[in-house]
Formats: sequence, C-alpha cells, structure tokens
Amino acid sequence: MITLTLDDIPNILMYSTPLILGAMGGVISERCGVVNIGIDGMMCMGAFTAATAGYFLANPWLGLLFGGLAGGLIALLHAIACVTFNADQTISGTALNLIGPGLALFISRLVFAGSTQTLTVSRKMPKIFSQEVSGIFRQINIDVTSLIALIIVILFWFVLYKTKWGLRIRAVGEHPAAAETLGINVRVLRYACVIMSGFFAGIGGGCVTLSTVSCFSPTSISGQGFIALAAVIFGKWMPHRACGACLLFGFAQILTVKLSGEKSLIPSQIIAMLPYVLTILILILFVGKSVAPKASGKPYNKNIC
Amino acid sequence: MKISPEYAVQMRGITKTFGSLMALNKVGIDVKKGTIHAILGENGAGKTTLMNILYGFHQADEGEIFLEGKKVFIKTPHVAIAHKIGMVHQHFMLVDNFTVTENIILGNEIANKLGIINYKKARNEILKIVKKYRLDVDPDAKIENISIGMQQRVEILRALYRGIDILVLDEPTAVLTPMEISGLIKIMHELTKDGKTVIIITHKLKEIKSSSEFCTIIRRGEYIDTVNVRNKSEEELGAKMVGRAIKLVVDKDEAKPGKTVFEIENLHVYNERKISAISGLCLKVRAGEILGIAGVDGNGQKELVEAIMCLKKVKSGVIKINGKEIQNTSVLNVLKNKIATIHEDRQKRGLILDFTVSENAILGKYKLRPYSKNNVLNNSEIGKLTKKLIENYDVRPKDCQNSLAKELSGGNQQKLIIGRQITCEPDLLIAVQPTRGLDVGAIESIHRILIEERDKGKAILLISLELDEIINVADTIAVIYNGNIIKTFSQNEADEKVVGLFMAGGKVGANARKNS
Amino acid sequence: MVQMLVKTLKKPITSTFIAIFLGIFFASLILAFAGYAPFDVMKALFNGIFSKPKNIANVIIKSTPIIITGLSVAFAFKTGMFNIGAEGQFIAGSVAATITGLSLNFPPFLQIPIIILAGCLAGALLGGIIGSLKAKFGIHEVITSIMLNWIAFHLSNFVVNCAAFHKPNSSNTYTINENGFTTLFYKWKTSEEGLKFLKEHSLISEFFLKTDFNIGIFLAIILAIFISFFLFKMTKGYELRALGLNSQAAEFAGINIGRNTLYAMLIAGSISGLAGALVITGASPHNISDLSMFENNGFNGLSVALIAGSSPIGCIASGLFLGGLLYGGQFVQMQIGTPSEIINIMIGTIVFFIALAKFIPILVDKFSKHRIKSNTFNKF
Repeated sequence: MITLTLDDIPNILMYSTPLILGAMGGVISERCGVVNIGIDGMMCMGAFTAATAGYFLANPWLGLLFGGLAGGLIALLHAIACVTFNADQTISGTALNLIGPGLALFISRLVFAGSTQTLTVSRKMPKIFSQEVSGIFRQINIDVTSLIALIIVILFWFVLYKTKWGLRIRAVGEHPAAAETLGINVRVLRYACVIMSGFFAGIGGGCVTLSTVSCFSPTSISGQGFIALAAVIFGKWMPHRACGACLLFGFAQILTVKLSGEKSLIPSQIIAMLPYVLTILILILFVGKSVAPKASGKPYNKNIC
Repeated sequence: MKISPEYAVQMRGITKTFGSLMALNKVGIDVKKGTIHAILGENGAGKTTLMNILYGFHQADEGEIFLEGKKVFIKTPHVAIAHKIGMVHQHFMLVDNFTVTENIILGNEIANKLGIINYKKARNEILKIVKKYRLDVDPDAKIENISIGMQQRVEILRALYRGIDILVLDEPTAVLTPMEISGLIKIMHELTKDGKTVIIITHKLKEIKSSSEFCTIIRRGEYIDTVNVRNKSEEELGAKMVGRAIKLVVDKDEAKPGKTVFEIENLHVYNERKISAISGLCLKVRAGEILGIAGVDGNGQKELVEAIMCLKKVKSGVIKINGKEIQNTSVLNVLKNKIATIHEDRQKRGLILDFTVSENAILGKYKLRPYSKNNVLNNSEIGKLTKKLIENYDVRPKDCQNSLAKELSGGNQQKLIIGRQITCEPDLLIAVQPTRGLDVGAIESIHRILIEERDKGKAILLISLELDEIINVADTIAVIYNGNIIKTFSQNEADEKVVGLFMAGGKVGANARKNS
Repeated sequence: MVQMLVKTLKKPITSTFIAIFLGIFFASLILAFAGYAPFDVMKALFNGIFSKPKNIANVIIKSTPIIITGLSVAFAFKTGMFNIGAEGQFIAGSVAATITGLSLNFPPFLQIPIIILAGCLAGALLGGIIGSLKAKFGIHEVITSIMLNWIAFHLSNFVVNCAAFHKPNSSNTYTINENGFTTLFYKWKTSEEGLKFLKEHSLISEFFLKTDFNIGIFLAIILAIFISFFLFKMTKGYELRALGLNSQAAEFAGINIGRNTLYAMLIAGSISGLAGALVITGASPHNISDLSMFENNGFNGLSVALIAGSSPIGCIASGLFLGGLLYGGQFVQMQIGTPSEIINIMIGTIVFFIALAKFIPILVDKFSKHRIKSNTFNKF
C-alpha cells in the first residue's frame, strides 16, 4: 500500500519548484499578451548558466542569479521578435527552444572540455533549516528555492491584482490599444514582461541544477518548460492556480516514484505515464474551455488597426 | 485663420500616409474654445486619423498643432492627456473584464509608493464626477455587463477623470437610441457650459444640425470647408461631404407582398451566460417584402440571427422556412433550405480574408455542382462564377479574382459578399447591418440591390442599428426590445421619434407619448 | 529595374533564403567567437554532406522522417493547429510498426502495407485524441500534445521492455521480420549476383550497399504532392483551410468546426505515424530501443514546416536541407572538434529569422518608397 507522509512534502515541492517558476514566467508573458512557448529553451539556458556560474563562483546564490539573467537574455530575443518586429510568437518561441539547449550544450562543450555535462558545484542551494534539526522540522525541511518559488507566486498574485503595474499588464494583455490610448507604453511593458518571463524561467532552470541535482546535463531540462506552459493554461492564466497545477504535477511525480519503488504489478513505464494521463483527465473533468487573455498571441501594431 | 489663444485647437498642414495610402493631405482645422465643433466626412475620409494625430495615437508625417496659440508636439497619448486632451474612440477602448473603476483609473491610478492601488479613493473621485455631470454610472459594474450607452459614458467619465479641457468623440451616436443621443447632446452642452471644448467626428448630418455650432468637412483626406452649421441645410452639408448631390431618401415602389415565406413562433433562446436573450419572439416575412428590425444593440439581434442559422441552440419555439421547421438542425441544412445571410461582421463571418476572391466566391457552395465534382474543385467554373460576381456587383478592381480578399476595400468586400449570397438564389435573404462602415456610394448601391431583390419576389429580413436605414429601406418595421418584437409599423406610419421611443422600451415609449 | 527587385524581395521564398543566410551568418559569428574558423567548419559540413555518394544517400535517409513529420505539421498549420505532438505520433507509429513487424510474417506485398497501416493508425489515434479533446472540450492542442508526447515516450519504453519483444541483453527489441523491410534491393544487393554487379559499379555500390537507401523518400514526395492536391484542389481541403484561416466564417458557411478539427488531427497524426513506421521498415536497426530523451524526429518536423512556410512541396526541400545539416553536423565534430550543437543553433536561428521574415516586405516597402521619393526629387 502506498502511503504519503509529511516526508514527501519537500520532494513534491522539489519537483514542482522549477515548474512553478517556469509557469510564473509563462503567466507574466501571456498576461501582457505575448505567448511564450520558448520557456523550455529559457529554462535550459538558465539551468546551464546557473550550474556553470555556481561551479566557478562557488556560490549557488550568484549561480541562480546568473541563471535568471541568461534566461532573460534569451527572452530578450523573443521580445525583439514579438514586440518590435511583430513576428509570429509561436515560431519565435519554437526557435528559442532550439537555440536555448543548442547554445547551452555548445558552450558546455567549450568550457568543460568537450563534455555536455558540467562539473559538480561545490555548494548546492541550502534547505530552509540546517541539517541538525530534528522532528517535524526535519520532515518539512524544504529547499530554499521552493520557498522562494512560493513567495514569488504570492508576489505575482499581489502585483497582478493589487498594484497599478498589474492593472496595466492585464490591460495590455486584454486590449493593448486601450492601454496605449491611456498613455501606457505597450511596447516597453511587453519588453519588461517578456524579459521577466525569461528571468523566472531561467531561475526555474537553475533550481534543477543547483537544488535538485548539482550539475547540468543534457537531460536536466527535458520538457519542464512545456509542462509549465500546460500549467499556465490549466491554471487559467492566474499565478495561484498555475502554481496549484504545478504542485499537482509534482504530487503525481512523487506518486510515480513511490509506485515504481514498490514491488507492484504495474510496470514502471506505465506508472511513469501517470502525471500526464492525470493532467489530461483533470482537464477533461474540471477545466473546460479556458479563456486566454484576449490579445495573447497577437502582435500589436497600431498602424495597422 | 491666424494662430490665436482664442482657439482650443488649431492644426495646420497635417499630412499622413499609411503604407501607400495617403490618409490626409495638408489638412487644417480651427476649433474655438468652449464650442461643439463637428468634423464631417464619409467613412474613410480621414477624420478619425486627424483626431488620432491630435491625440498622439498616430504621428503626422508633416504639419503643426497649436493649443491655445502655442505650438505643441504630441508624440504619444500620454502627452495629449498632459495637454488635457481626451478622446472617446468609436470602438470603445474599454477592457471588457475590468470594472468601470478599473477602466477609468487605468494609466492614471491613485496608488502609493509601492504601486498599490487605493480603490476606495478612486471610487469616490469617480462618484464625484458622476454626480457633477449627472452621468449615472455604477463604478463597480463590469464593462461586459453594461449597455453600450453606459459604456460610452464610462469613456466620457474616463476623460473627465483626467481633468481634460478638450474632448474628442469619434462617431459617438453610431450605437445609441434616439433617446440616448439626446441625452449625450445634453451632456455635451453641460461640458461646454463648464468651459470645455467638444469635437465630434461624424458622418451623420442630422446630429450635426442638432448639436454643433461649426463644422469642418473632409473628403478623401482633403480639407473641403469649415461652415457655420446654422446657415447650412442637411442637403448642403451632405453635398459637401460626398462631392455631389445626395439623396436622403431611397427611391422605391410600394411593396407587393406575397405568401409568408419565413416564420418564427414563440422563440426562446439563451445567450452565452445562460440568460434569456430572446423570449417569445414571433415574426413573419412575406415574399416581396423587406421586414426591417429596428433596435438598440444587445436586444437579441445577434442571438436571433444565430438561432436562425443554427449556430445557437433554440430552447423552444419554431423557425419555419417555406413551411419546413429548421430550428436546431445545422448550418448546412439552413443553407440548403435557401436562407442566405449577409453578416454584419464581414471580416469575421462573411469572408476569409486570406483566401483569394474566387475562393471566397464559393464559400458556402463549394460542394455544389458545377463548382466541384467528386470532391474535386472545378477551377474553371469557379473562375466563371467569380467573374460574374465581379461584373454584376461592380466589385473593384476588376482583375481581383486572384488577389486576397483582404486587399479589397470594405465596400468592395461587402459587394462581394452580397453578390455571393444573392447568387445562392435564396428564398429568404437576411441582411444584418449591411452598410456598416461604408461610404455613401456603396450604401446607395447596396440599398438598391436589396430593393431589386425584393422586387424579384424575395423575402428580406433587414436587421440594422441605423434607424434611418430601416425607415428608408424596410416596408414593415418591427422594433426589437429585450428579446421580443414589441411593436410593428408599416413604412408609411413609422415616425422616427415614435419608433425611437419604442426602441428604448415599450413602457418608456408609452409614457413619453403621454407626456408629449 | 527597381520594381522588379522590389517584387522579388517581397516574395516569401526570398524571405526564406534571407533567413537561411542570416542563420548561417550568425552561426558563423558564434563559431568565430568560440575560436573556430567558420569557413573550415562550413567546409567540413559541406564535405560531410556531399563528399561521397554514401553521404548523400544517408542525408536522404535521415531527411525522410523529418520531411514526413514536417508534412504533418505543415498540414496541421494549414488547418489552424499547432501539431507539436508530431513527436509522440512518430513514436506511436514506430512502436506500432515494430509490434506488427514482429508479430506478423506475411509476404512483403502484404506485410509492408500492414505495418505502414498500423503505424498510421497509431499516429492517428494520438492525433484523434488531440483533435477530439479540442473539439469537444476546447482543450488547447498544445497541452494535450505535450502530454501525449510523454505518454508515447513511456509507452515505447514499455514495449521495448515487454518480454515478448525485448531482445535479451540489449536495450532494444528484436529486429522486425525481413518481409517488412522497405530497403531498396534489400535481398538483391546481398545476393551473389547483386554483389557481383555492385563490385563493378562502385558508385552505385556505395549508394545502395553501404546504406539503407529505402522507398521512404519516394513515398514522402508522393505524399507531399498528394497533400498539396488535397489541400488546394479538393473540397475537404478547402474546408480545412477555411477552418484554419477563419473558423467563424467557415462555421457560417456550413463547415462543422468540431468534426473538421478532428479530421484534421486524425490526418496529421497518421502522417507522423507513417514517418515512424517508415523508419522501422526502411533503415536498420529496424527496431525500437529504450529512449532516454526524445529523438526529435517530430520536433525537427516543426522546423521543417516552419522553414517551408507550411508549403507541402517546400517541406521536401527544407527537410533535405535540415537533414543535411543534421547529418553533416556529425562530421564537423569528428573532423574539427566543433560541438555539433552549432547545427541546432543554426537551425534555431534560421527559424527565428523565419519568424521575423514578415518584416522584410515592410522594410522593402519603406525603402522603395524612399527611393521613389528621392527619384522624383532628382527629376525636379
């Protein structure tokens, strides 16, 4: 019989953290009207840069920061394409999903003597309590990155729904022309949101290589960005709901691990499908038609309207 | 005219091109402080572009702007707002799923240093203005839940909230009932009394007469004249706008209605939010008759068309064409039963803009012979059909067969749709807002086509928000209100005022008549 | 003169070539930055593709699956859908082909069509799920596709590890029965007579004997032509394109949105499934093995379709181009030591500039207007 205990919370969160950060990147970008299918590529670049910087600087915090910056840099390309050149956002995102991992592995081979795996960092991101704690604290000793991710979700929710910046971002995603007529600079805001989107996705990638494991390899980021995107849609473009979707996914992952750990009749490959099947089932049963921000995916060019 | 501080706005030599299109060619305007000034011109004449330049939404290629005698450079709407200019666009610039308050404060939020919005304070500010100008708007309502007239007030409120001195209204009456229009004119006068200047953009002659003092006329991007409205008749203004004498009344013979072709009995339909949109509607259209449905937007017109076309489920009731029930079948079945519809949104429902003209010509009949055989399209037959349409319905340019539909002008797109739908040889032709956004020439020819079809014995259902159009073209006029036909007139007994009162609701109509 | 130049510059194909050029240019910049001589790398790449007939044959073999998945993606694009699920559909096709190829053993004229049909059906099943969930529940095709890619991934690994198919002491299944092979002249080229002939004709020998040159490329070309015909000449294709460009207008013209969405994805899925089946029948090792990562046959199809501007015929050219880059890229690493990932960067950059390509006609317009203006000034 499978039982879930308090011990599993840190693991669920560990799986969910990169997804949550990636999803926040997706939320902020789509909320201001730019579809960002390139989250995965940005996470990959972030994961690699974080591990590399973490290795050379021997400081995981700086590593994480550099991971975010690298993600933001890739996102800048997306912003240039989508905001300045009114490019097709899906195509641009697809391109970044090729460029991100390509660039990460290319540089890795240059820096780490032909290897696509970076060297192990000397210090990983810490847990919230030191190793010596006992009892319940030991059980719920989650990664600091998980805590950061949850705080960022709350921050995102607060900014989007309580502040003037959030009001403007939402307006730009729904009706950019309206925002423009009220003196809001749609382009600048979109640039900011898309770059932020890459920054958080980059940090999300960094969480994989600095918290979950301690180096970057070609399989470090394998589709987390896409799962995060699914969580965005699943969560109806709201930060807290998208976070919930990521947690659910993390939960299913842990369930998978536990199920395949037991000597069960079900082959492990079938169990591995569980999170994905579950997502589809939940979408069918509960979500129904989700409504994207109205201007999401549409280039905004006032001279054409 | 000299540049002087007496004028709220003076624009000189404004030129603007979009791609290869010359939208404005050295246009100027002088608007006296504290007046209501109209800009008259046809659709596409460039009047909105001129005001968009004043509002900083577009930048002029050449030309100067003076406010109270001082030269200004308005690069963005932000600068315009700082110069106390406000603009209400024809298509409202409101975010549907925001509240009234959120929409008003957007871009001008009352917030603390951290950017946290103080909604309570904002709400009070708004209520103050609502009271001062008697605007009667609920600051907590969501935009998608309030009427078009109300939304317009939110737009005006938004400008007032920013403390503007100059208010530009783009086609403000296009969507209002006659009652709402007089309400709007009252508000405009309140504003000028307060020392503010109002500029209205319109192509409707009647409203200029009833609201404005001065009127600047623009035609095809060229400045024509500025006149004192009092000294000019509607006909004179119209002639200046179009460049030739225009007929304000449509020529037609008495209708000779035949048997009933189309019938709706006790129709009930829900809208997207599961609220009754049509409740117990009945109507009949006879052969050789144009039945016009007059009404304010949002009273069930959209749902009525969708129910007829089987795009929306009918809750109860019967829709019959030639005695055959068609409700809750399929679009295909409706088309087979010889109903053709000219949809109001030609770019969304009527055409596929990225298809060629010939591909659009067979939309809805590509499965019929001779246009296809054994599932393979017959290009030479399709070409013949397209040529015929271009010829008979005067679609320009003449060699547009293989160009994309989006390259045609609005009027030509509409002629293409109308031609296509009429060549379906329908028994019932439904025309929804068939002249929306078109210039006078195109409007005249579309009205003529509708009347010709009537004379050929077709039944025509004309749904329009333009009361003038209904009264001029329809033989029988039915007023729709709140999802029901509340009154039917024949053309000769229809008076604009009375119909207008019914459009605002039966009870109000009755009361108003009592008072008058 | 200027007019003609403007006209050529405005053609979509010109934009594509400009994008390819810029992609190669930026990849060269990165190479130079990393300390490699771009020219040497390009030379190695070129030699890797064209130096031997064997290489050309291998490029074609490598290109075949991505041409076909490219066709699947391009087809879905035309109907308004983003088939990022081509990867999963490809895997499903290869799994189904392997299972049928192992379980059945009919003569080739029956065996091959059955295997291919099984692959198509498996792909169509996945596509059908995507289409019906979109049609029935409005669930975005991208989410379902991504989930199904992973489900197919794990399904494939499950099949590899099934006792019935697993080849002991390996990480793959058994090779399918020979009757299912679609390699050209498979039997003949290893027969005595064939070997004798090939010995005398070294060029042909290299092309056929040293590679698994198979019927796939011919099927891909026929398929591309058929899809073009279907989309542009048949009523169903007309319906699906109308749906893709403006679903509301299509609905108003009596085209059923839900049903056609399902059809479109069934077709797109079966095309990707076909690609998977043809890889199993066409090229060694004629089996599936444990996956640790996606092999990108479907994802590369996305790039193929994008570079081709969703033109089915264009997919053949862009598929061969991409296949060449991917195959030639290996030589770059072997000969010069440049990381082969430079190829992915190059492809990504090309796709990126394809996204920007819409801007070229606008730029041309602006530029030509200036020219005309200054010309008129010169006259006065």
